[in-house]
Parts: sequence; C-alpha cells; structure tokens
Amino acid sequence: MKRLGADFMGTFLRNRGAAAGLAVLGLVGVAAATAGLLFPYSPWDMRGAPFMQPGEMEFLLGSDSLGRDVAAGMAYGARVSLLIGAVSTLVAVLFGITLGAVAGYAGGVVDDAIMRFTEFFQTVPSFMLAVVLVAIFSPSLGSIVAAIAIVSWPPVARVIRAEFLSLRSREFVHAAEVLGRSRTAIVFREILPNALSPIIVLASLMVASAILLESGLSFLGLGDPNLISWGFMIGAGRSVIRIAWWMSVFPGVAIFLTVLALNLVGEGLSDALNPRLARRR
Amino acid sequence: MGGARFGRFLVQRVLKMVAMVFAIIVANFLLVHAAPGDPASVMAGEAGAADPQFLAQLRAQFGLDQPLSTQLWIYVSHVAQGDLGVSYRQQRPVAGLILERLAATLLLTGTAFVLAIVGGITLGALAARRVGHTSDSLITVLALGFYATPTFWVGLMLVLVFSVWLDWLPSFGMKTVGADLTGGAALLDTARYLVLPGLTLGLFYMAVYARLTRAAMLEVASQDFVRTARAKGVPEGGVQRRHVLRNALLPVITVAGIQAGQLIGGAILVETVFAWPGIGRLAFDALLARDYQILLGVFLATSVLVLVFNLITDLLYAWIDPRVEVM
Repeated sequence: MKRLGADFMGTFLRNRGAAAGLAVLGLVGVAAATAGLLFPYSPWDMRGAPFMQPGEMEFLLGSDSLGRDVAAGMAYGARVSLLIGAVSTLVAVLFGITLGAVAGYAGGVVDDAIMRFTEFFQTVPSFMLAVVLVAIFSPSLGSIVAAIAIVSWPPVARVIRAEFLSLRSREFVHAAEVLGRSRTAIVFREILPNALSPIIVLASLMVASAILLESGLSFLGLGDPNLISWGFMIGAGRSVIRIAWWMSVFPGVAIFLTVLALNLVGEGLSDALNPRLARRR
Repeated sequence: MGGARFGRFLVQRVLKMVAMVFAIIVANFLLVHAAPGDPASVMAGEAGAADPQFLAQLRAQFGLDQPLSTQLWIYVSHVAQGDLGVSYRQQRPVAGLILERLAATLLLTGTAFVLAIVGGITLGALAARRVGHTSDSLITVLALGFYATPTFWVGLMLVLVFSVWLDWLPSFGMKTVGADLTGGAALLDTARYLVLPGLTLGLFYMAVYARLTRAAMLEVASQDFVRTARAKGVPEGGVQRRHVLRNALLPVITVAGIQAGQLIGGAILVETVFAWPGIGRLAFDALLARDYQILLGVFLATSVLVLVFNLITDLLYAWIDPRVEVM
C-alpha cells in the first residue's frame, strides 16, 4: 500500500502543471490560514485614506473606496472561497454518490426516476438557478453552499451510476453475493471503493467551479453580508474601475490562480489515477 | 433519415421539452412556497414593501388560501397562458418586461455562441494539427487560462484595457445615447457596443470548444480510416478537413448544445458588467429590488431558451449524423 502511495505521488508530481497547481493551492491555503496573523484586524476596517495606489501608505495592494486594505480583504476572502468550494463540493459529492448508487444498483423504475430528476438539474441554467435560490432564501453561508451543491451534484450521480452499472455484474460482486454478504456491505465494501477514482478527479474540478460560482454570486451582491469575498471585492471595484483598477484586478487574479491550480491538480490526479490513459495522451 | 422517422423524432423531442417546461414551472411554484415568509409577500417583493391591497389581490389571483394542489393548478394555468405575474415595483406584467428585453439577450448570446464555436473549433483544429509545437502549447495554455477566469472579471479587464486605457470601444449600454442613428450607422454603432460583451461571454466557451476539438481530433486521427485515407493518397489537408475534423465535430456539437444553456445563464453576469439591456440585466435589477416575480420569470425564460437551444442541436446532430439513434 505504501509502495502504491509513493507511485501515485511520483506520477502526480512528475506532471509539472499538477505540482505547480498544488504549490499555488498551498500558498492560498497558507494565506487563508494566516489571514488573522498577517492582518490582525477586520477586513471591513478602515485603515487609511481611500483609493490609495498599491504600495502607498503601507497598502501593499492599495485601498478601496472606504480606505479598507485590499490585501487584507484578499487574505480573508481566501477563507471564504476555499471553505465554500470545499464544503459545497463535499455536500454535492455525497448527494450525487447516494443518488447515483441507488440508481445504478436498483435499476428499473427507480433508476429511470432518478435519471429524469438528474436531467432536470442538468438542463436548467445552473447559474440562474443558484441566483434564484440564494436570492429567495436570502444570502448566507448556508444558502450559498446549498445552492452551489444543488446545481453541481448531477455529474457525480451520472458517473457513479455508470460505474455501479458496470461493476454490479462483475465477478467479484457476484462472489460477494454468493458468499451471502449483505446488500449494504456489497455497496459500501465492494462496489463503492472501486468507483471512487473518477469521483476524486471530478471533485477537484468541482471545487474549482464552485469557487467560480461563488465569485459570480457575490459579484452580484449575493454573498454572505458578513464575510468579505473575492467576488464581492470585484463587484465593489466595478463602478470605480476608472480610478482604482487595483480594487478589481487583484481579487480576480486570486480567483484565476486558485481555479487554475485546482484544474491542474485535477488533471494531475486524473493522470495519476489512470496511468494508461495518461500515457496515451 | 426518412421524413416519417424525422417527424417522429421531432414530436418526441418536443414532447420531452413540454414535460421539462412543466417541471420548471412546478419548480418555480415550489420555490415561491419554500421561501421563508408568506408566498404573497415573496411574489410582491421585499417583505412589507407592498401595500395590503396588492397582497390581497395577489392572494385572490393565485388562490393562496386554497389547498396547495389547487394553487399549483392555478399557477400552472396562469403561466401556460403567458401570465408570469405582475412586477410590483415596476407595475407592469413580467412577461412584457422579459419580451422587450429578449432580443438584446439573443443578440449577445448568439454572437458569443457563434464566436465560441467558430473560434474554438479553428483554434482546436490548429492545435491538433501542430501537436507538440509552440502554437499548440500556446493555444492549450490560453484555453486552460480562460477556462479558469471568471467571465465577469474578463469583462472588467477588457473594459479597463479597451475602454479606459485605449479608449477604443464603448463599455456601457447598447447604443450611443442621443445619437439617433438609423440604418447602417445604427447597426455599426450597436456592433461597436457588442464587441466587448460578446468577446467576454464567448471567450470562456471558446476555450472549452478549443480543448474539446483538439482532444477529439487527436482521438479520431489515430483511427484506422484515417490511415486508410492517407494510404490511398488523399492530401494531408484533405485528410484533416474531410476525415478528421468532420468526425471530431460531433462531440463538440453535443457539448456545445448542452453548454448553450449555460451560456445563456452566464449572460446575467456579462449583462451586469456592461449594462447590456437584456434579461440578465433585468434579473440583476430585480435582484437589487428583491423583485422575485421578475427573477422567477427570467429563470423560466432562460430555461425555455436552453430547451430551444437543445432542440436545435438535437436536430442539427440528427441531420449531420444520420446514424443517430431515434429514441
């Protein structure tokens, strides 16, 4: 097992993009974790004159229209982005696995019903649905996480269903059935572990799109009003872009780097988990 | 495929579409009722902002004192007749508000879609032909980059560069206010306003299609019939265009059809950045005013647009690839 782990890390890190992505992600994580140490005050606090250029008055990345520190906002915003990205993906993955597993294992009418349900969520424009959900249930951390999870679970359900359909009829599952193992044991101990590797890849890409979704929502003013976030900062900088470009440029770069890093990590994971596919490319 | 078969195919797809629209209407209904507070005040907008008379009128109109199933029926029949309710803030029917903004959104999303498809396929094909070269790496890196950038931020950066710094293109609205242009001059004017929002919305999907086209072309290029074509002496350009690209286009069209919907949904962000007077901007204004009637109406309208787009791609697909299974 240890040998397998080393192999996996080796293949993963040999992909230069994936290694770089992991490093960037680590930096964002450090910024999020140490935001309170680096900037021991609220990111909403006025720290000096408004519209200071980057570098002026100890504002590394400038100040906004109310004299708040853009750099502090970005560090605290990293917390929100990572938190919402991770939690909403976790919720979506758990929900998708449950529905997909039931559909793939049960088959028949249940499968049909679940797939129709999935299709509905894949057809409606996901960003619009998220906007409507957050607006109606009023913006908060919980409603944002829920809305993002609701629009992002369908691919998980589809992948898990397909894996279950193909694994269900494999010999090792038949063997477990003959041995008289319970249905839950077969689902959780035999089939699910074998269906997880595509989900790991998918999850890393889902965190990336969850962060993009969150930034879009908070750009429209649908962020949690108590938490500063990158999308909110860009939204605040939009109307003053002619006099303070730094207010919208830097948070956007942060989103771009984080999302890019996650996509690269996802590709690296995909290569490391499917070595045959990787060599073919 | 034959005419009768095609007819059946069309009928099935349209039936499926109607079922989907029904499901979306039901979802809208459920959203209004799941929301915290009284459904009438949710429909009216910000709680407490509407006067009691209007709330009473809404309750009577939607039978809000009756059982849920009756309410659902009333709601569905209203929507089926094109009645999406009345915006309290604007004192106008929601359906009218959406219809007068629809053309602007269709112009924007249509431009972005064509740009994304044509640009994406061209770049992807270029990258696949020169796989391993600098131009391939460049296209791959650019596609990866745009895939990771929030659309609204791309929009702002384009405004910063092309409107604020270079002052080449307008950044706001759809036509020059007070210029009163007509004919060709008016078209040219709108086209200038269309460049930046169209590019903003199109670039992300262009990246997606470029990646897809590249992958699909490499996949097809390794197949036997391509080797056969080369062996029988078809010139390389012909092999790439007629054999590889044509077969690689099918998955691209499928994904493009699915994503056309996401493109329409993404218009809300781009229209907000550029103050483009479409239904996305309408939704944003409704968001600020907490005008949920409009928001739900826009949600329904965009969903229907997505379904229409999907139908068109299905038909296109069936026309391009006659092997397509008629389910």
